[in-house]
Amino acid sequence: MYLTTGVLDLTGLFDEVRSTDGAVCVFVGVVRGESGGRETVAIEYEAYGPMAESEMARIAESLSRERPDVRVRVLHRVGRLAVGDASVAVVATAPHRDEAFAACRAAIEGIKTTVPIWKKEIRPDGTGEWVDATQG
Amino acid sequence: MLVRVLFFASFRDAAGREEEDRELPPGSRVSDLWSSLSRDIAPLSRFPVMPPAAVNREYVPAGTELHDGDEVAFLPAVAGG
Repeated sequence: MYLTTGVLDLTGLFDEVRSTDGAVCVFVGVVRGESGGRETVAIEYEAYGPMAESEMARIAESLSRERPDVRVRVLHRVGRLAVGDASVAVVATAPHRDEAFAACRAAIEGIKTTVPIWKKEIRPDGTGEWVDATQG
Repeated sequence: MLVRVLFFASFRDAAGREEEDRELPPGSRVSDLWSSLSRDIAPLSRFPVMPPAAVNREYVPAGTELHDGDEVAFLPAVAGG
């Protein structure tokens, strides 16, 4: 399971991958209260659910295939999130910190590039705007 | 043949619907479906190039041939994270 509508359980994720490997790198993305100088009060995340699940699985599996001693767990939240809520979490484990940092970074960059998830920033007046990551 | 088209995010707003079934001539490719959609849905015709497409939940090139019952989605620029 790679998508959830509930609060991200960071402790649970950490427990899932915890090993005696030596290094665990955690990245958590959080809803920002500002975008391009404009206030954001919430973000609505939407996913092409089944495809987002399979793309995130593919990212995690390909990182483990490249480095068999690396394990990656990713989880993305969808629905309406408030400023400060965690939207995405990546937990990467490896024998040493270099590999753990690299896998964690590669996973979040992969998520942002290929996983079909979209976000609409909600302004204080209630209007919303789809974010186009390829603009600006 | 009939394909199921899914619309997400800004494309759903543009189309005014989440999905539709669309009849296409046999042998049609993903790019033919995009042409057909952008003829009917004005905001989509403003895209200079075809957006990334997925058939049955996997990214595919524009020249991919479609088959009856395929689930096709054109994907607005993704913005997860």
